[in-house]
Amino acid sequence: MEFLYYMGDVFTPINFGLLLLGTIGGLILGATPGLSPTMAVALLIPFTFQLEPQQGLILLGAAYTSTVAGGAVSAILLKIPGAPANIATTLDGHTMAMKGEGAKALQLSFIASAIGGVFGVLLLIFLTPVLAQWALAFGPSHLFWLAILGVTVIGTLDSSSVVKGLLSGCIGLWLATIGFDDIMGAQRFIFHPAVSGGINVIPALIGLFAIPQVITMFTKGRCSDDAEIISVQKHPIRLAFVEVFKRKTALAIGTITGSIIGLIPGVGGQIAGLVAYDQSKKFSKESEKFGTGHSEGVIAAESANNAMVGPSLVPLLTLSIPGSPTAAVLLGGLLIHGIFPGPDLFMNYPQVAWTFIDSMLIGQVLMCIFGLYIAGLAASVARVPHAVMAAIVLGLAVFGSYSVQNSIGDVYVMATLGLAMYFLERFGFSAAPLVLGLILGPIAEANFIQGSMIANATVGTGTYFFTGWLNWLLILIVLASITYSVWMEIMARRYTTKDDAVAKEEALS
Amino acid sequence: MTDLPRNQHIVASGLIAVVGLSIAYISFTQEPADAFIFPRLISSVFAVLAIWTFVKAILGRTKVGNGISGAAMRNMLPGLIVAIIYVYWAAKALGFYTATTIAFFILLSLYDPAPHSELKSWVKRLLITAGFMAVMYGLFAQLLNVFTPREIFF
Repeated sequence: MEFLYYMGDVFTPINFGLLLLGTIGGLILGATPGLSPTMAVALLIPFTFQLEPQQGLILLGAAYTSTVAGGAVSAILLKIPGAPANIATTLDGHTMAMKGEGAKALQLSFIASAIGGVFGVLLLIFLTPVLAQWALAFGPSHLFWLAILGVTVIGTLDSSSVVKGLLSGCIGLWLATIGFDDIMGAQRFIFHPAVSGGINVIPALIGLFAIPQVITMFTKGRCSDDAEIISVQKHPIRLAFVEVFKRKTALAIGTITGSIIGLIPGVGGQIAGLVAYDQSKKFSKESEKFGTGHSEGVIAAESANNAMVGPSLVPLLTLSIPGSPTAAVLLGGLLIHGIFPGPDLFMNYPQVAWTFIDSMLIGQVLMCIFGLYIAGLAASVARVPHAVMAAIVLGLAVFGSYSVQNSIGDVYVMATLGLAMYFLERFGFSAAPLVLGLILGPIAEANFIQGSMIANATVGTGTYFFTGWLNWLLILIVLASITYSVWMEIMARRYTTKDDAVAKEEALS
Repeated sequence: MTDLPRNQHIVASGLIAVVGLSIAYISFTQEPADAFIFPRLISSVFAVLAIWTFVKAILGRTKVGNGISGAAMRNMLPGLIVAIIYVYWAAKALGFYTATTIAFFILLSLYDPAPHSELKSWVKRLLITAGFMAVMYGLFAQLLNVFTPREIFF
């Protein structure tokens, strides 16, 4: 119950103020189509430099939580999901709004999000210390395989193509080797002075997530969003609570599905929402009402996409393996303060770790309260023209990446990676495995070298890296994730027409 | 898949294959060899996957990625040119705030759906630019104390 000991720290004036700021700002940013939670958190990192580590994390954590929930506002009122995690919410949420139940849909979505979110954070609270203790037994060979596992799982599960996902991971791992080698001090792949010190993770994250969005907004030209905001009539909040608890099967399915999916690295909120929606439909006594503005659809989808937020941080905080792109960005937020997550985090920095986790718990409640009141404002922000949004994001990306080290080289790195990522995405490559490769590359290399040294002095490289039950288990998971993804790809190819695939890609991009 | 994306896939995967092979070549030829053990491991996998992707593109069996349509390219090109000039030249040469103001206003003028013939639209664009720059100055110069390169005008 260590988390209760640090609960008071969340309520210091600065921490609570930052929590409020992150929550309200996140709700508004989340409602803005094109501003994904990952991108919003990446753009916020430069603002945390001058804060204490736990303050910075509180801000980033609150933004993460509430951007996911905020995306429901535009999904319900505009039929434009604020983030991929809210795709399932549009199915019934927007139909409810069309029927004059917009306020009810918003209330259900925020209440379900908060309940799912609290459950997810509680899972984070109780699972993390147990796994962290277990992770203390990891040696260099295990950490090497774990890093490879992180890149492989995200590369295979998060991408439409296994080969391109793995290739994206390899590009990230290679980018991580640029600069001076830690042991020999040798120069590696330094083809421009801007990368002589290696590639800084923060500008890279900003570029990889923000710039492709900016260019995508450019591709839409001078078109205006003709989506109309549906007016919201008043609806007693008490009735929304009654409705949520009346639909407890959908709530339970959404919460449990989201929590389980959150624990699996690489499977994001979009999958959580859609799987929960699908399962709720199967188990519902009113399955025929799904898609016609049924409250269970909104409750299941929203409880799932917020329930996955807490568990998605478990691999990051225990094993230093970010389970999602947003977790990778949060890792960047920790690294700039010289804090490296992993088993030691709860021993060396318990205040930082627990205050951050506690703030996410409180943040869920604040998100529910404020979400209900600022939904209208958030929906208006969602109609900001693409031109304004693209120019704002570009400006923030340039200033944000420069402010990391006051270096114009970082701006060049940000822009170059972002530009390349846009084109790579158009050809089926994915940013998530690339980012994971970039972040996990140094961990993989350091442990590979350390393990090789131990192996050379003891049992030999082959035996050291390929024997022992934990090595086998990790290798097995790597192979299983690749095999599963290849099988899924073959099945999808068999049952999906080319038109379906093109339409799906267009929708996701 | 039409010929355009197929050709685009061949060019894109060809470029990636060239990068992969170059990295592999550098990794296996550069000294000291000990510093390149990990890059060798990575670049080998990189090169194999890149060649695999390239061969699939040549055979027309690429299933993922829609490429870039002519319309999308035409729409993005003006903005992309402005962004590239802003990032790679203007930010350093003119100063961050000056360059951002100019780039922001040009991008807004290029992509804002409001008609170009109305004075009201131009005033709105100017006001949005001024508002954004005021926020940026407040955040980065005043709050975060970020020292940017010297401005050309002040």
